[in-house]
Amino acid sequence: MQHASPSPIVWPDSLDRGEPPSLAVWKFASCDGCQLSLLDCEDELLAVAGRVAISYFPEATTAMVSGPYDVSLVEGSITTAHDAERIRQIRRQSRLLVTIGACATAGGIQALRNGRDVDGFRSIVYAHPEYIDLLAESTPIADHVPVDLELRGCPIDRSQLLQTLAALLDRHALRLPTTSVCVDCKARGTSCVMVAHGTPCLGPITQAGCNALCPSFHRGCYGCFGPMESPNVPALRTQLELLGLDGAGIDRLLDTFNGPAFAEFEQEPESGPP
Amino acid sequence: MTLAQRWAGVDPGSVSSEPAAEWWLMRAGDLHRLVSLLTVEFDEVFGPVAVDGVIRVRQIHSLADLPIGVTEEQETASYRLHETGTALRFSYGLGPDSLKSIVHPPRSPVWTMRRQDGSLVVDPALHGTTTRAVIGARACDIRALEILERTQTGGPHADPAFTARRSELFVVAIDCTHPAPTCFCKTAGQGPAADQGFDLAVTELDDPNGVVYLVRAGTDRGRSMMFALHLGYAPPRQIERRTRALEEANRDFIRELPNDASDVVRQTDHPQWEVVAERCLTCGNCTAVCPTCFCTDMEDRVGLDGETATRTRVWDTCFSQEYSHLGPGPHRASTAARYRQWLSHKLGTWHDQFGESGCVGCGRCITWCPVGIDLTAEIESLSLDPLSRPSEEMP
Repeated sequence: MQHASPSPIVWPDSLDRGEPPSLAVWKFASCDGCQLSLLDCEDELLAVAGRVAISYFPEATTAMVSGPYDVSLVEGSITTAHDAERIRQIRRQSRLLVTIGACATAGGIQALRNGRDVDGFRSIVYAHPEYIDLLAESTPIADHVPVDLELRGCPIDRSQLLQTLAALLDRHALRLPTTSVCVDCKARGTSCVMVAHGTPCLGPITQAGCNALCPSFHRGCYGCFGPMESPNVPALRTQLELLGLDGAGIDRLLDTFNGPAFAEFEQEPESGPP
Repeated sequence: MTLAQRWAGVDPGSVSSEPAAEWWLMRAGDLHRLVSLLTVEFDEVFGPVAVDGVIRVRQIHSLADLPIGVTEEQETASYRLHETGTALRFSYGLGPDSLKSIVHPPRSPVWTMRRQDGSLVVDPALHGTTTRAVIGARACDIRALEILERTQTGGPHADPAFTARRSELFVVAIDCTHPAPTCFCKTAGQGPAADQGFDLAVTELDDPNGVVYLVRAGTDRGRSMMFALHLGYAPPRQIERRTRALEEANRDFIRELPNDASDVVRQTDHPQWEVVAERCLTCGNCTAVCPTCFCTDMEDRVGLDGETATRTRVWDTCFSQEYSHLGPGPHRASTAARYRQWLSHKLGTWHDQFGESGCVGCGRCITWCPVGIDLTAEIESLSLDPLSRPSEEMP
C-alpha cells in the first residue's frame, strides 16, 4: 500500500513559468552514498537533462549557481553548530526541501554516539580533537527546519528518487509505501528468512521501499528504511529473543541505521479506538 | 494430433462421464512422462520446487525440477526442510505459495498510457492466451481456488485478468498424505484427498518395488492425457493401500476450527482483540500467504519524460493503515481493529458476502506469521466468555 505524502507538496512556481526547476544537492554528516544514488541514475537522468537545471551539486559539477532553488535534496545529519545554521540558510533558499537517506531522516549511523561519551570518542578518533566542535547528538534535518518530503534508506532507493523527480516535473501525486518489508518479500517470492532459516530480521517493523533487498540475499533486514507505519517493536523483540538474540544484540540491530526512529516505538504500540 | 487439438470443443471443466472407477498406475518414469507431456501441451507448467530451504510453487521444465526425498517440519513461525533419503516427491505439507500466486499474481499490469498527438491514449493490458498447468495442488488449495474465483468472477463484473488465468488452468492434484501440524482442513470442510476441481489427481505411495502413483481423472481432458500416456490400471491392492494412507493422514490433525466461528468473530467488543494486538506486527504476511485473501491496490508510475504512465494491480493487505485511509485518515487505525477486520471477514462476513467461509484450513498464516499468531487459538480465546476469561493469555 502506498500513501500520499503527509502534507500536499506545493510545487515550485517555476513549473508554471515553463522553466526547468532548479535543483540543488546538499551534504551534511554522511557518507555521500545517497548522492551517489542520484549519480547512479545517469541513464534515466539523461531523459530529463533539459527539464531540470542542476544548480548546485558539488559531487557532480563545479558549476555553482546561487539560490534560491526550486528543489533542494539534503543528505546527512546535523552534528555541529555550523551545520545547524547552514541548514536554516538552505531552507530559506529552497522552495521545496527533500531529505534523502537515513542520516537526514533519522540521524543515521552517527546517531550511535547519541547518549554516549562523545568527548571520549573524539579524543580516540582524532589526532587533534580540539579542532572538532561537535553537538552532543546527531539529529535529523526535520529536527531543525520544516521538511517537505523524506526519502528513507541507507542508501535511498534510486527508483523512489526517480519517482520523486517524475512527480515533481509533471506534478502528479507521489505515493511511497508505508507497509512492512515483508509485503515486498512476499510479492517478489522471497522465502521468509526468519520463519524458514531462523535469521533475525527487522523486516516486519521496517518500511518497504528497497524491494526487500537483504532478505533476497538470505540476510535479515537491517532496518535501514526506518519504522513502518505501525511498528510493533516490543512484539518483534520477543520473537528475536526466541531466535536467540539477547537484549544487547537486539539493541545493536535496532540502533545501527535508524536507532532514534525505532526508539520512539519501544513502548507498547499506541492503541487507538478500535 | 496434440492434446490441445483433441480438446477442441471439450469443455475444460466438464466432468468425466465414465464411472469414477478408473485408477491408473504410474511409476517414477511415468511421472516423468506426465510432466514432459504437460510441458509440451502447456505454455507454462508450475509445480513444487525447493528454493532456499522452502517448497515454493515455481515454473518447472521437467520432473528434475521437483524436490525428491525431502520433508518439512512446520510450527507456529517456523518452517524447516529436511532430507529423508527416500524417492518420494510429494511427502511434505504446504509451502507458502498457493494457486493464488498463479491465478492472482502479486503484480499484474492493468494499462499503459501515452501521449499522442496532443491527447492521451490508453492501452489496456492484454490478458493473452498463455495456457497453464499446475502439478501438486492440494485439496485445500483447489477449494481455495473456487473461493477465490467466486470473489473475482461471481458478481456482475468478472475480472478478465483472473478469468484468463483461471479458466483453462489444468490442475494435477496431489492427495495430501503428509498434512502439516499447522493445518486443519478436516474441520474447515475438505481434504486431505482432492474430491473435485481437478483434471487429474495423484496419490503417491511408497512401495518396496519403488514409488507408485495412483491417478484418477476428474475431467475428460484429464482422461485424454492418461490415455495419451498408455498407462495400465492400478491393482485393487494399491487402491486399498491408498485408502489406508489417507485414513492415517486424516487422523493427524492437531488443530481445528469450530463450526460456530462465524458468530465468535463478530463479538466486536471482546477483549481478546486487544490481547492479540499486543503480538500482531501488522506486517501483512498472513494475508499474503492466505490462498483466499484477494485485496489489491493500484500502483501508478509515470515516466521521467512525462510521456508514458503505467497502472499495475498489486496485492494489498487489510493490515495496512492505508488500506482503510479515507478523508480524515485510517478508520482502522489500531492494530486490534485491523486484526479483527481480517479475522471477522475471513470467518464471519465472508459468509454474508459469498455464502461460505473464507478459510480452507491450510494453516499458512500460522506458519508464516513471524510471531506465530495462530488463528485457531484466537478463535478458542474469543469463544471464552470475556468475563470468565483467564487473565493470563500471552504465550
